[in-house]
Amino acid sequence: MTTRLHIDWTRCDGHGSCAELLPELLTVDDFGFPTVRTGDRDPVVPRRLEEAALHAVRNCPLMALRTYQAG
Amino acid sequence: MTTTTVPGSTRRLLGGVQSDVARHEAAHGPLPHLSLHELLELVEASGLTGRGGAGFPTSIKVRAVASGVRRPVVVGNAMEGEPLSHKDAVLLDRSPHLVLDGLQVLARALRARRAILAVGPELDPGPAQEAARRRRGLEVAHLDGGFVSGQETALVNQLNGRRPVPRDPFTRVTESGVDGRPTLVLNAETLAQVALIARHGADWFRSAGTADDPGTSLFTVSGAVGRPGVVEAARGSRLCDVLEATEPRRTAAVLVGGYHGAWVPATHLDVRLTRSDLTPWNAAVGAGVLHVLDDRTCPLRFAAEVADYLAGESAAQCGPCINGLPQMASDLHRIAACVRDQRLPAAVARMAAQVKGRGACAHPDGTARFVGSTLEVFRDHTAAHLQGWCPTTMRPTPRGVS
Repeated sequence: MTTRLHIDWTRCDGHGSCAELLPELLTVDDFGFPTVRTGDRDPVVPRRLEEAALHAVRNCPLMALRTYQAG
Repeated sequence: MTTTTVPGSTRRLLGGVQSDVARHEAAHGPLPHLSLHELLELVEASGLTGRGGAGFPTSIKVRAVASGVRRPVVVGNAMEGEPLSHKDAVLLDRSPHLVLDGLQVLARALRARRAILAVGPELDPGPAQEAARRRRGLEVAHLDGGFVSGQETALVNQLNGRRPVPRDPFTRVTESGVDGRPTLVLNAETLAQVALIARHGADWFRSAGTADDPGTSLFTVSGAVGRPGVVEAARGSRLCDVLEATEPRRTAAVLVGGYHGAWVPATHLDVRLTRSDLTPWNAAVGAGVLHVLDDRTCPLRFAAEVADYLAGESAAQCGPCINGLPQMASDLHRIAACVRDQRLPAAVARMAAQVKGRGACAHPDGTARFVGSTLEVFRDHTAAHLQGWCPTTMRPTPRGVS
């Protein structure tokens, strides 16, 4: 099982806290919206970044971010 | 809107019996009762793929709602929000019973709680409503919405009484859709194909098309043609053969797959309309939209207007789509207007790459595909524009452009 990160684009308003808290996986585009560095839709969260990912999920003001387990 | 038969093609879907049930049964025979197991085996063996755009294997979609304990909802999608597509409108006018047969045979086999045919605002729901009156338990819903309203999560939202905009696809509609139930959404033409497969079997279905891409499809042909309309042709037909009966004029390129599609230049009209043969052009058969561009129309001006339209049709929910699509359209307009800024194509390509995969639906991806294909296929034309002249409307002279 691997952990993946999912962005609900209908909720995201480009506050940008996720990219600050999880810079290893996310950056922001020209308009301040998160961009997955690898280009994947739902990127794999490496084990060492799981805690940071959880932190990013909890701190999104619009609850647009979640992690999930995938086979 | 006319319908045209391609010489040597199989005419399966557009029988022209309209809502007359006696003629429908005379033409096609009675609809068999099939168990879920029998229907799944048939659909899987037929190799049928969705005719609404994405081209996903139908058997996998059916299986996704067949496994659960909750009774599913089956939805026929005739929203047809793509302005260049009219095949579902023609199909519902000519053969509404065939579409309802597909809905019914699936609903029975799946023991569906509801079976709904969703008809878009541009389509006449009359023949389908008339045809549904003779059957029990089939609903025909005449709905609202624009380009993205036929996207399956947008359709589910509208059927649940919400705004007709896509939702986050994290929860699949096959898990929770209409009324919170597992929901199977299939395009109207796909349903008609299911109705034929249920009657005539998988081998019959495979007697047209190729081994990888079997059966027939409806194509809507528009643009620079003498006889625009809906054509039925075998999958894997050559593009030029499908176009022939519509009398194309001075073809420069053909837009395959509609506004979310890609261009095939006039030099390659012998390409076969299959997934693999169209891959080099980044095109797909999609919902069967073919739009012919003639050599008297500037492709960049055409593309900029389409990009404008697509930016305007954004559901305005996802940031990358809200910001990226108007930016792409505006830069494309500048190229079309012969602004001599050499950085423009790279800016458009960069924005196209940026929006890809970053939305709740495929609208940004489809728009990026169309725009990317325009700059790729019309590379020489674009280069001329960046030199300050348009090869369609002007001619370069030693003193400049006349």
